[in-house]
Amino acid sequence: MATLSVCQQPIGGFSFEYCKRNAVLEFECNKLGHSIPAARKTGTTICGVVFKDGIVLGADTRATEGMIVADKNCSKIHYISPNIYCCGAGTAADTEMTTQIISSNLELHSLSTGRLPRVATANRMLKQMLFRYQGHIGAALVLGGVDCNGPHLYSIYPHGSTDKLPYVTMGSGSLAAMAVFEDRYEQNMEEEDAKRLVRDAIAAGIFNDLGSGSNIDLCVITKGKVDYLRPHDMANKKGVRRVHELEALPRP
Amino acid sequence: ICDFLCIKNTRGLRSQLKDSVPVTGLGTQIGAYGVQDTLRSGFSSVKNELLPSHALELSEKNFQLNQDKMNFSTLRNIQGLHAPLKLQMEYRAARQIQRLPFLQSSHLALDTLKGNDESISFEDILNDPAQSEMMGEPHIMVEYKLGLM
Repeated sequence: MATLSVCQQPIGGFSFEYCKRNAVLEFECNKLGHSIPAARKTGTTICGVVFKDGIVLGADTRATEGMIVADKNCSKIHYISPNIYCCGAGTAADTEMTTQIISSNLELHSLSTGRLPRVATANRMLKQMLFRYQGHIGAALVLGGVDCNGPHLYSIYPHGSTDKLPYVTMGSGSLAAMAVFEDRYEQNMEEEDAKRLVRDAIAAGIFNDLGSGSNIDLCVITKGKVDYLRPHDMANKKGVRRVHELEALPRP
Repeated sequence: ICDFLCIKNTRGLRSQLKDSVPVTGLGTQIGAYGVQDTLRSGFSSVKNELLPSHALELSEKNFQLNQDKMNFSTLRNIQGLHAPLKLQMEYRAARQIQRLPFLQSSHLALDTLKGNDESISFEDILNDPAQSEMMGEPHIMVEYKLGLM
């Protein structure tokens, strides 16, 4: 086992040892004309809306890696606590790890207070963590849930700013989804209307943005009940082969 | 302790920023005669010391220290000098409960005091020191700790 003549004990967390080496490697790679592999993003449409009794969150299910679809059916609505769910856009690993860390922290916090966690707590934790890393963690989130004070919906940007709004969209297809919301949103909608609105907004993102595609997932959160509808709508079903393969082969 | 220090991750006012750790740079290990100690910290390179290799390197190195200083400064303004003094005394006592420097100690008392037992962050997940592939040289680490070096 190698021993290192180091005087201080090692600490955990991010290590920046290889940043310079990576920069040199990238430069060499670009000089030869190749590019380094891109991180898997979720190039997404995610959105959320507040209706009469709670929240509806929606997301598409495509994950991209540069110009290639990496995952045709990935799950973008992450569990934070029994009454709070979070959709994530941006770098897939960042959204996954961030939501898992915040979910663990919220669980510890709620065990310590003995109460159901509040959406504002999750929002504050997320915003402080993202600001600490100055946007290098590429996670754009839509956080929604129902707590003792009613339904709440927040959008959280990668640099740490947050907005509390009745309807939000994020991701590369956010403009298409926001257009649908701006046209048809009203206050105090019924659950079926809200689900249809979110489904149409995600569908607009799927059909008009290259980074979003495949199916539509919905999550309906009301006081005491969560409906995780995956998939809610298979908007892009893959075709079925008409001819059996063996019959199509030419006979020798 | 909870009612003393229920602030976590504060930003603080501008007037308290003077208490945060100054950005000194990436730190050479100054040995004897004011030059770098090549035996212990390797060859020196100007590029490595002037510029950080990542934008977050400096802020992450001092993050915990800055947070503590900010919290103590706020606490001093709210509750008087005795509050941070008592807390720092307790931290100092708890920090002494550990194994020899090259072994992994759990820092349980210190973590409980600081409130780290109720939160999980990247320090607990990435680069866990208990699972690092390198081991510190026992003699040198103990000599450094005892100040014999």
